[in-house]
Amino acid sequence: MIEIKNLKKDFGPKHVLRNVNLTIPKGETTVILGGSGSGKSTLIKCLIGLEEATDGHILVGGRDITKIHSEMKMAALRRKFGYLFQEGALFDSMTVGENVTFGLRYLTDVPEKDYPKIIREKLALVGLGEDVARLNPSELSGGMKKRVSLARVLAIEPEVILYDEPTTGLDPIMSDIISDLIIDLKQKLGVTSVVITHDMRSAFKIADHIAFLYEGQILLHGTSQDFKKTENPYVKQFVNGSSHGPIQMKLMKE
Amino acid sequence: MKKVSRPLQWVGRYVTHVLDEVGGCTQMIRSCFFWLWRSRFEWSQAMEQSVAIGVASLGVVGLTSLFTGMVLALQAGNTINNIFGDPIFVGTIVAFSLIRELGPVLTCVVVSGRAGAAVTAQIGTMAVTEQIDALYTLGTNPVRYLVIPRLFGFVFTLPILTLFANVFGIIGGYLVAVYTLGVPGEIYITDITSYMGVADFMHGFIKTFVFAFMVGTVCCYKGISTTGGAEGVGKSTTGAVVTTIVMVLVLDYFLTAILTAFGI
Repeated sequence: MIEIKNLKKDFGPKHVLRNVNLTIPKGETTVILGGSGSGKSTLIKCLIGLEEATDGHILVGGRDITKIHSEMKMAALRRKFGYLFQEGALFDSMTVGENVTFGLRYLTDVPEKDYPKIIREKLALVGLGEDVARLNPSELSGGMKKRVSLARVLAIEPEVILYDEPTTGLDPIMSDIISDLIIDLKQKLGVTSVVITHDMRSAFKIADHIAFLYEGQILLHGTSQDFKKTENPYVKQFVNGSSHGPIQMKLMKE
Repeated sequence: MKKVSRPLQWVGRYVTHVLDEVGGCTQMIRSCFFWLWRSRFEWSQAMEQSVAIGVASLGVVGLTSLFTGMVLALQAGNTINNIFGDPIFVGTIVAFSLIRELGPVLTCVVVSGRAGAAVTAQIGTMAVTEQIDALYTLGTNPVRYLVIPRLFGFVFTLPILTLFANVFGIIGGYLVAVYTLGVPGEIYITDITSYMGVADFMHGFIKTFVFAFMVGTVCCYKGISTTGGAEGVGKSTTGAVVTTIVMVLVLDYFLTAILTAFGI
């Protein structure tokens, strides 16, 4: 279980996360909704220590990770987490197979002779054939890149997977396939998932819990039903995807 | 008041920026030593980088130094011929200039333009496409995985490249001295061997080490600190090449002053 308490993150004078309180239950999927620039990415980057919180606490299994300053200890903690990057972030100097097994080399003691088997297994989990392993990332489509990236995350068998906008930039069918994959992985492997997205269709499909992040704070935390029924004007506007309402989109970065 | 404060603001911003970069480089070097001590050295990466930085630069370094040696011999020979009526000490002038000065400087300038730019662009692209963050999440520190092997590549191969550059330059000088100026080959060689000492060789060699470390550090740091997409990668790469070339020339003066003071 992950507990976020009074989390604050500033970038210079800009307060990106003002006061975030959120509990992420084990083995379930929590979706964090929010518009562009609402601080969603910053929030999950804080969870894995890619960004250092300005103030507040993040408890992972009872241990406060904001207190860990040693990089060695942080690396040990990251072993529990997998992070699916928005654009995949595959290493373009390596083949798909080498990408999938990259984390094993540094995070586990799995012997190298087992790598081909793991590549086969993990690519199959994300619905890709073994022949993809020889390709370079530049030869893959957007959807395939995300799947390979997910296979790379799965190879290290994390307890928690953080998905950074997993369906952004994909066509509706591929988005739905990725959503199915997230549900499938939760059921098969029992992983805890944290998904940040602004894709409402996908959010309602995969979420056990949804949290709505607006201007650095959680405005509503509940189930899909709560979100469908809510009278909160901010949440309602976002869920309906309407340009009229209290949320005025900033067209330029502050 | 405004007219005065604007240039001051500009100077202030520039100084802060430079200090920021120096601080960043220092932290990166500290991190390099930390990871060198704490983790397994990536030999395969280091060898790969040594080939990409060193071996692949051999052709361009050889060509530039060959012609540098040739032009040195031509200029020195003609000037001395005009003064003394005979092209004497051409070998000495060519070898001294190359081994103490031009060999290290030219090699580092050429390599920073060729391999340094490539290193910055590659790491910079990785930074803007979140591949550096991905390294962290997969249990690897980017300094350990990307910077140390490349820094090794520069520090290990640049002195060897400089050695090659010196040899090529001296051969270039020989060709011009013998076939254009009519200096007998044995005299050209004797001019070099009788006046050159170990100290002269060390002078150039020590310089190369310092340059190599600086070029590697600046290029890797500029890459790792890249932000702002494709435009950012372009800016970092240009910044890395300009900074290293200027720094090689500036450092060269101070190192020469220090080494000469120590009698090297």
